Amino acid sequence: MFNEPHPDEVRIISKRFGLPNSASIDTYLAHEGYVALMKAIEMSPEQIIDELKLSNLRGRGGAGFPTGLKWSFIPRDNPKPKYVVVNADESEPGTCKDRLLIQNDPHQLIEGCIIAARTIGCKKGYIYIRGEYRYLIDIMDKALAEAYAHGYLGKNIKGSGLDFDLYTHTGAGAYECGEESALLESLEGKRGVPRIRPPFPAVSGLYASPTVLNNVETFCTVPAVLRMGGQAYADIGTPKNGGTRMLCVSGHVNRPGVYEVPLGFPMQKMIYETCGGILNGKKLKGVIPGGSSSPVLKADECDFPMDYDNYARMKTMAGSGGMMVMDEDTDIVKVALRTMRFYAHESCGWCIPCREGTSWLRKILTRMDEGTGRRADIDLIHELAKNMLGRTFCPLGDAAAMPTIGFIEKFREEFEARLRETTMLATTPDQLISIN
Amino acid sequence: MSLTFTPETEKILQDIWSRYPEGRKRSAVIPMLMYAQDQLGVVTSELVAEVAKRCEVSPLQVEEVVGYYSMLNKKRMGKHHVQVCTNIACLLMGGEALWHHATKRLGIGHKEVTADGLISLEEVECAGACSWAPCVVDGYEYHHHVTIEKLDQLIDSIQKVH
Ligand SMILES: Cc1cc2nc3c(=O)[nH]c(=O)nc-3n(C[C@H](O)[C@H](O)[C@H](O)COP(=O)(O)O)c2cc1C
Ligand code: SF4
Ligand code: FES
Repeated sequence: MFNEPHPDEVRIISKRFGLPNSASIDTYLAHEGYVALMKAIEMSPEQIIDELKLSNLRGRGGAGFPTGLKWSFIPRDNPKPKYVVVNADESEPGTCKDRLLIQNDPHQLIEGCIIAARTIGCKKGYIYIRGEYRYLIDIMDKALAEAYAHGYLGKNIKGSGLDFDLYTHTGAGAYECGEESALLESLEGKRGVPRIRPPFPAVSGLYASPTVLNNVETFCTVPAVLRMGGQAYADIGTPKNGGTRMLCVSGHVNRPGVYEVPLGFPMQKMIYETCGGILNGKKLKGVIPGGSSSPVLKADECDFPMDYDNYARMKTMAGSGGMMVMDEDTDIVKVALRTMRFYAHESCGWCIPCREGTSWLRKILTRMDEGTGRRADIDLIHELAKNMLGRTFCPLGDAAAMPTIGFIEKFREEFEARLRETTMLATTPDQLISIN
Repeated sequence: MSLTFTPETEKILQDIWSRYPEGRKRSAVIPMLMYAQDQLGVVTSELVAEVAKRCEVSPLQVEEVVGYYSMLNKKRMGKHHVQVCTNIACLLMGGEALWHHATKRLGIGHKEVTADGLISLEEVECAGACSWAPCVVDGYEYHHHVTIEKLDQLIDSIQKVH
């Protein structure tokens, strides 16, 4: 199932993936496991945060927020209990990396969580894993039991005086629960409806208490940062974009897979060298670069160093690292429709622009795809999507609108061609005669 | 009718309950429903009442949750719940053809069950297997790089065992 390591990769958080019994604590301990934690125990919380800031580690869940800064927002004098929450909801279409991190190296995630707990002074943490990943929950539960048995979890961790309990928590199928405030609602046993922010989770998160919430990959990177030192980690990437990232490449390439590469790795090289080029020698049409929420790039735009800032310069997003590659035969109207069907299905229905917008867009895109679209529909899709931007309660609304706008602006001719085709089909012989 | 869980399920439910702080037992609602549903095959009103009692919330609060999450089913699904992903990465690799093939072969649609109760189908959103697309999930078991032949083999093997 998993791709072979590729020489272009820089394997920091995936370096243990190929080892025998890579998920076991023995393998972990034999390969630098829990070394960073022992270091963290000797460090002050401020020192840990300083290393993270120095590392330029940015969140790997989607928004790319600097992790050190996020952790520094936790009010340390707040008397309330504090929490660590792992976002393992992984449901942004195109994304399949957190799965590998948990499956192959669950202790790395546990170590990252304990370091977070040490930093903010917290006693309890939860790993929120999407319900479909039951086999990963089983792997994680087993790893947690091993960590308890070895004294890395529970009371007085390795004689440090630190107490920390960590548990898995299963989701039950809802994309929206990947959004941090909806995830917290879900973790409290409610529907995944987002919360008004501010306050942000750092101040008022789980049970209205200060909470550090990060993506799986982000937590997994923390031990490496402390082990290597923040500066050494930062040096791997580009300025302000520290380290490596797990890129999930899917679609029409010869070697799809999840590859750990330095930030700033060239997209062209990724597609044509690391992934072995386009399937069947076809030409590239475009790439959805960072999960389904990120606006599409045309073939001639797919040549830039992949770091957060350059994705932004290309008017798209690094997002979740899910890169979907489309060959010249790809039907963009179909892809746009499938994308919108997803958002319409996953909209939690709380606010009108998102609920109505996604369902209208789905309807219009369906008739485009089925060949009963009208000329005005292309502009209508564009306008409807633009009107959703910034008008919704949580970022899901934008996540639905942005890729739609991208499809129309970048591939308008495909939508027009679909209309021409259908007009041809709708033309009866009689009409043809009268045209002549 | 009172609910009885198998000792394994009962153990998991109690373990789940113990994970959350005092006064925060509502957090256990979703995990308890998920693991209990695995045993019962469906979320019944007895289960709703039982979870509500254990988590110190009202049955209505549990019902609300059941209605929201796509993996909690009030309608009994098949012994094998076969989920076909047709989201973008799978769509690019033939996921839609798999879905159509499955519905045709079994004569059932989205969230429907075969007459013998053996298999149900669901067209699902991205299952987190995009780099190994297209993917089909049988219960909690992932199948990657699925072709029409492989899907047929999977259905054959389910039908043969029962
Ligand atoms: C609709 C929606 C879905 C999201 N899904 C996920 C997800 O599955 N996993 C994830 O880590 N972050 C997801 N995010 C981003 C989270 O809200 C949050 O920013 C992230 O988990 C923070 O972690 P990080 O700072 O380590 O990136 C989602 C955001 C939105 C708006
Ligand atoms: S934007 Fe969509 S998903 Fe977010 S709160 Fe509004 S309706 Fe719900
Ligand atoms: S799109 Fe099918 S698994 Fe991601």
